[in-house]
Amino acid sequence: MSQDITLHGQGGALVGHDLHEEHHVHHHKETFITKYVFSQDHKMICKQFLITGMIWAILGGLMSVLFRLQLGYPDSTFPWLEDILGKWAKGGKIQPEFYYALVTMHGTVLVFFVLTGGLSGTFANFLIPLQIGARDMASPFLNMLSYWFFWMASVVMLCSLFVETGPASGGWTSYPPLSALGDASEGSKAGVDFWVISMALFVVSSLLGGLNYITTILNMRTKGMSMTRLPLTIWALFFTAILGVLSFPVLLSGFILLLFDRHAGTSFYLSDIFIASTKKALSNEGGSAILFQHLFWFLGHPEVYIIILPAMGLVSEILAVNSRKPIFGYMAMVGSLFAIAILAFLVWAHHMFVTGLNPFLGSVFVLLTLLIAVPSAIKVFNWITTIWRGNIRFTPGMLFAIGFVSLFISGGLTGIFLGNSTLDIHLHDTYFVVAHFHIVMGVSAFFGMFAGIYHWFPKMYGRYLNNTMAYIHFWVTFAGAYLIFWPMHYEGLAGMPRRYLDYSSWTSFNMFSDLNRFISTVAMIVFAAQLMFVFNFFYSIFKGRKVVTQNPWGATTLEWTAPIRPGHGNWPGEIPEVYRWAYDYGKEGREYIPQTEPIGPNEHAH
Amino acid sequence: MSTIFLIIILLLGFLITFQIAKASEYVGILKGEKKNFEQNNKINGFLMIVFLVLGLIGVYWCNELFKGKILGESASDHGKKIDTMLHITLAITGVVFVITQILLFWFAYKYQYTEKRKAYYFPHDNRLEVIWTVVPAIALTVLVGFGLKYWFHITGDAPKDALVVEVTGKQFNWIFRYPGKDNIFGRKFFKNINDDGNNQLGLLWDDPASHDDLVTNQTVYFVVNQPVKLIINSRDVIHDVGLSQFRMKMDAVPGTPTTMWFTPLYTTDEMKKMTGNPDFEYEISCDQMCGKGHFSMKGIVKVVTKSEFILWRAKQVPNYAQVFPASVQPAGGAKTDSTKTVASISAGQSMIAKK
Repeated sequence: MSQDITLHGQGGALVGHDLHEEHHVHHHKETFITKYVFSQDHKMICKQFLITGMIWAILGGLMSVLFRLQLGYPDSTFPWLEDILGKWAKGGKIQPEFYYALVTMHGTVLVFFVLTGGLSGTFANFLIPLQIGARDMASPFLNMLSYWFFWMASVVMLCSLFVETGPASGGWTSYPPLSALGDASEGSKAGVDFWVISMALFVVSSLLGGLNYITTILNMRTKGMSMTRLPLTIWALFFTAILGVLSFPVLLSGFILLLFDRHAGTSFYLSDIFIASTKKALSNEGGSAILFQHLFWFLGHPEVYIIILPAMGLVSEILAVNSRKPIFGYMAMVGSLFAIAILAFLVWAHHMFVTGLNPFLGSVFVLLTLLIAVPSAIKVFNWITTIWRGNIRFTPGMLFAIGFVSLFISGGLTGIFLGNSTLDIHLHDTYFVVAHFHIVMGVSAFFGMFAGIYHWFPKMYGRYLNNTMAYIHFWVTFAGAYLIFWPMHYEGLAGMPRRYLDYSSWTSFNMFSDLNRFISTVAMIVFAAQLMFVFNFFYSIFKGRKVVTQNPWGATTLEWTAPIRPGHGNWPGEIPEVYRWAYDYGKEGREYIPQTEPIGPNEHAH
Repeated sequence: MSTIFLIIILLLGFLITFQIAKASEYVGILKGEKKNFEQNNKINGFLMIVFLVLGLIGVYWCNELFKGKILGESASDHGKKIDTMLHITLAITGVVFVITQILLFWFAYKYQYTEKRKAYYFPHDNRLEVIWTVVPAIALTVLVGFGLKYWFHITGDAPKDALVVEVTGKQFNWIFRYPGKDNIFGRKFFKNINDDGNNQLGLLWDDPASHDDLVTNQTVYFVVNQPVKLIINSRDVIHDVGLSQFRMKMDAVPGTPTTMWFTPLYTTDEMKKMTGNPDFEYEISCDQMCGKGHFSMKGIVKVVTKSEFILWRAKQVPNYAQVFPASVQPAGGAKTDSTKTVASISAGQSMIAKK
């Protein structure tokens, strides 16, 4: 408890309280357990999220390498696969059940554990207190719980990989009845129970984290830090947290109904089902399989913005810092984030145009979906204008930020195809969709995350990442991402369905076997480049070049006013006070003016 | 053996990259941080423009390479509309894609760091922001307008003369049903399904309307230039009737029938000639994840001329007659008459019959 009081001391607190606080800072002892394991320091929790996310990213990436192996070489056998995977790769060939388990886990892990837990968890934890000028989160204890629920979710999901009947294999969306009936699919036996429990724990983690982020941003900004002086990273993380808090509970309710259908004999999603393998008709009548899709996508669509908004925030900040220019149109950027956050809740049924949805309802969702392109376009043009007439430093973070904008444009534009129900009839569930969402939320969000890691690594660990490896990492990943996903659009235009493990028996889709092999090869090279990044990351934590200046990028925001290796509480003395917005770069002949510097007598506030 | 070899090569590659990376860091320190930064910046700035040029060439080359493999002539009237919509969208987004990517990489290259350049303090400009709010909004209005026009046409009611066929998905193949000479689908109930007893759909034999219903597997026959309306069901999990050459798609949901209609424009034989592929078939692909056999859940559509259809129809034995061969009077002559009525069955009638 004493720690809580310490951490909550704000600039405006009573003097006596401040004295009390000093006393505790000097005498507070930390053990290994409280410092590295059950830490309540937001910076340590950030690293926990980041490293857990990285482990999942490696596993999720490895799964994609395995199924790309099958897609690229459907006729070959790989005996070493049987050595590793046993019955799942009988005779050196990945079995259909296992193939579907791989794609399901790849999706679940990357969407939730890496790009939600890993991305939001890392940067919200790291940047919110440091950039708003707070000593820690509103509740460091809940923050710690948020990580440990994430950890438990991870353990349960990991365990599901070792279940005898295999992990969940109905796709990351887990549509019932497939996911509800063990007799319909091996993966829907114990696998789905593990999957649902793990996801429920993840939702708890996400809610604890999100509530904390919102409270901290609203209540714990330092003196002078009005909402309109916040860096865009914080705005983005703020909207992300709100999206999560409002939509994850709906997902949880959907999952609970699924559990009832699985084990309590209810019929929320089930009706008129005859299972061929057991030759039995089920007793369920009157349920709606489509209900689950509504509940799922009510989270599922905001979820893609939960993934992309933090990346947008990080990129906005990094582009401005390294162009040495203010972000263009700050208020428009905040406004478009707000618009995206609102619209995120009103577009979910565009995933369901071909489910038999009422065509009129479909048309409303077309309108709302395409509306989202307007704030997205504003953001893109603002980013481009931000680098226009700048003085650009191509730090690794900046390269990834530029890569993000390029990928976001490419992936965003294909969204205009899919959001239009007429085109969705043809493109739905084809490789066009795979290409679209991998570029716009998969790779883009990863680029945002990489940009963030390269940019803030010096603040996290007091050392730099190796630049040469960073440049190789960027160019291989950037070129590789386009080489993998661009050609998939063509496969999708031909109507090639996703989630097939072998196209050779289809006269409509077997003309792409060379292309599939090419994509698989590039995917493996890109995966190897990510391993190099992971190596660079861990090597640099211990052996990287040391940071010697407090503000290596010449940035205006508050985190760079803290010591190079800040302790728990972030600033040894008083929390700095803020006098201006976060983007005074290149103003009145000065390269940058920190937020802590008062407005000069002849100076205009922006 | 080759795997071990591959791993060794990979590890060596890592090791070499790592050594170079470490060495270049030391060289950087020797050269001085500023000079090192300027050199790296130049290289990366140059690579930006290289990436742009190679990327645009790559996009063009990719288009040329795959032109013949995607989007052959659409085989349905709705498909033609979808293709038109696709081309409109492609034109608008294509222009935006090229312009924005060029601006992005060109600015990155052009405004790279030099000691002399001062970044231009340009925090906002309302006029510009209004422009790039309004222009995309107009472009999107156009796309929504066209899109919804086609959407309502495609999802509108099927013409009265449509051939009505029921499609039912199951793990992992397709069952088709024609209503027979009475134009009415007999009633069915899922608890009556009996695969061993040759009643895949659970038809109720006490409903006389079911006695002439034709049930077939694997291949379904449509008539060229006659609208076809599909009533889509599923027996177990969600499937999806995907008809890529017709550009059509609709989920098969257990317990909730869905519909879709279109007019096939070319017979299978015509498509064989048009595509130059003697093995061409219209394939039904399952487009919704349905279990381990999902990737092999294939059906075949044969689009034939009206006379071929009547001939084919005459040869089929109704499901009821297959189950109770003794109870059916042999009536060869009546069958040809029945097909004419099948062909002109009204959509509304069959829906009522289902209820």
